[in-house]
Amino acid sequence: MPNDIAFYLIAAFTVAFAAAAMTLRRLVHCALCAAAAFAGLAMIYLQLDAEFVGFAQLLVYVGAIAILIVFAVLLTRGDEVRPGRSQSSPSWMAGVAVAVLVLAGMAIAILRSPSLQRLAPSAAVAPVKKIGEELMTRYVLPLEMAGVLLTGALLGAVVIAMHEESEVKRPARWPASKPAESGETMSLR
Amino acid sequence: MNALDQIFVLAEHWLAGLAPAPVRPLVSMLLIIAGLMAVFGTCFALTTILERKTLGRMQNRFGPNRVGPFGLFQPVADGIKMLIKEDIVPFSADKAVHFLAPLALTVPVWLAFAVLPFGRNMSAIELDAGILFFFAIGSASELAVFMAGWSSQNKYSLVGAMRAIAQMISYEVPLVLASIPVLMAAGSLSLPDIAQAQSGFALGWVPRWNVFTPWGLAGFAVFFIAAAAESNRCPFDLPEGESELIAGFLTEYSGFKYALFFLGEYLGLFAVTGLAVTLFLGGWQAPAQWLEWLPSWGWFAAKFSALIFLFIWIRATLPRLRMDQLLNFAWKFLVPLALINLFVAAVWLKFPAAMPIRWLLCAGLLVVPYVWLGRRWNGVTPKQRQYDYAE
Amino acid sequence: MNTPLSHYLILSALLFSIGFAGAVSRRSAILVLIGIELMLNAANLNFIAFWRYGPHAEALTGVMFVLFSIAIAAAEAAVGLALVIAIYRQRKTAQVDCLDTLKG
Repeated sequence: MPNDIAFYLIAAFTVAFAAAAMTLRRLVHCALCAAAAFAGLAMIYLQLDAEFVGFAQLLVYVGAIAILIVFAVLLTRGDEVRPGRSQSSPSWMAGVAVAVLVLAGMAIAILRSPSLQRLAPSAAVAPVKKIGEELMTRYVLPLEMAGVLLTGALLGAVVIAMHEESEVKRPARWPASKPAESGETMSLR
Repeated sequence: MNALDQIFVLAEHWLAGLAPAPVRPLVSMLLIIAGLMAVFGTCFALTTILERKTLGRMQNRFGPNRVGPFGLFQPVADGIKMLIKEDIVPFSADKAVHFLAPLALTVPVWLAFAVLPFGRNMSAIELDAGILFFFAIGSASELAVFMAGWSSQNKYSLVGAMRAIAQMISYEVPLVLASIPVLMAAGSLSLPDIAQAQSGFALGWVPRWNVFTPWGLAGFAVFFIAAAAESNRCPFDLPEGESELIAGFLTEYSGFKYALFFLGEYLGLFAVTGLAVTLFLGGWQAPAQWLEWLPSWGWFAAKFSALIFLFIWIRATLPRLRMDQLLNFAWKFLVPLALINLFVAAVWLKFPAAMPIRWLLCAGLLVVPYVWLGRRWNGVTPKQRQYDYAE
Repeated sequence: MNTPLSHYLILSALLFSIGFAGAVSRRSAILVLIGIELMLNAANLNFIAFWRYGPHAEALTGVMFVLFSIAIAAAEAAVGLALVIAIYRQRKTAQVDCLDTLKG
């Protein structure tokens, strides 16, 4: 019984923050509400006995992706409120209508199928040792590919977002024989 | 002396037994939470005054000594001052976010104390993935720093918050990497298991703590430095340095909210020190067989106090690092060293314990890259200066 | 655990449609990315719910899938936001309806 109340409370909290994240005007508020929605989802994972995934969700989504979004908002000056223009695209009603249709379709499918109304079987455990063993034996290839992908994404993101030095006009330098610094620098401008 | 060792556990069982059966788990949790808050709240108050006095003595002056005997009631005076100060919120500040930022910082830090084993059988929750919980909670408090800096609508706050976040993210990587060899050696992510795995004595008198192995010592050094940087502690306290950015992201906070930030920072320090004690210094284990009459929570408290004193000592001694020096130090020195440490720990664990050659091999594998990396950074001759003249 | 599986699936469908609605109807590119992250999270919740309520929970398949999904979502968010920053630097705007140079 208390488990169910907890689920409904956390679910309401998550849905409220997700809806807020998609409808608020200031981008930083949206980013913070999205972080709260991710944290709510982490709590639901913990309730479903998936400890490792819950903590990984907190570590990655709340601790890294939310901060990444916030930095991107600040670097693109998305936070300045434009009084004249609206924040939604002109066809926003069509988008919301399609989303409602998608929700209706999925909800009808879920509620109509009897096999999805089942209750939980006995407690499932996901011990970390077992996860580690699986990652090293059965899922070792996806693990290595994920490592390569993350390295590529890291390097790619750095290269794409780096400040291009070559287009800045260089002032006269003394001693003139020394070449100007050609290394690319990252600046938080 | 088993009763003295387990006195807190027994007291909590007895007190929870007084409550009716349905609410017993809730009452026991509340008792543990109240106990933790009382102990670490007092620890916070004592640390503020002891830090100021220690800093004073190291700088050849007395610390605060007016309020109470030897100045020991200074935290009470500070607390009263913080509580009665006017709570000023800037006019153009974002009210909701400005209000929530101190809460968002303090709450996750209190959560981190739930998994630390303070003594034998004395951790509040025994999680299978305890250390992952700790790091997840630590990274959740970085958003609070951003909330504080951005909501003040103040250039200095924002720059301070950005620097603080960059520093905290950069130093999270060596912190986690330095603790992975410990997990490899203990075979578990659960903190009571890690403390238990460091029991026993090698050669009859040397305790099997992780700090007495080559990879443990290097890992402890990296962890300690990264922990100081994570809690914005000198020499890494550029984000809140007074001479740099007024008070950094705390500029627009006054009164109780500032006290909450202060509390959150010190509690973060305590949590990560407790983790360092558990991972590297053997948790609640006694250093020698004949010293086991002191209860396990007493040993934890002793090691904890020693590390806090070390933090205060370093604060009194070293100057502040500049932002680029800070980030370079993290990414170009600590991360490679932590990765090499990981490799060396794997080598150590592969060698059977009967071969003492592994000491020499691992020590060599660690010292050579450390010296080489260090020389690359310190022995760099400065380039000839470039002068930019206005044209 | 007395909540049936369908409640978790309804929650996941709700989060998915909220993320979808936001990604499709907001102007800012960063909000589109936040919507995409919400959709990914909804799918992850689906996986974990089916893992928990399914017959072979000891095979840990759902948990593994979600772990990799979280890692890949992180990589995708990093690259996506780097792209948004690069676009902002070129065109001084991050609104998706101003980025229509290829329009005929």
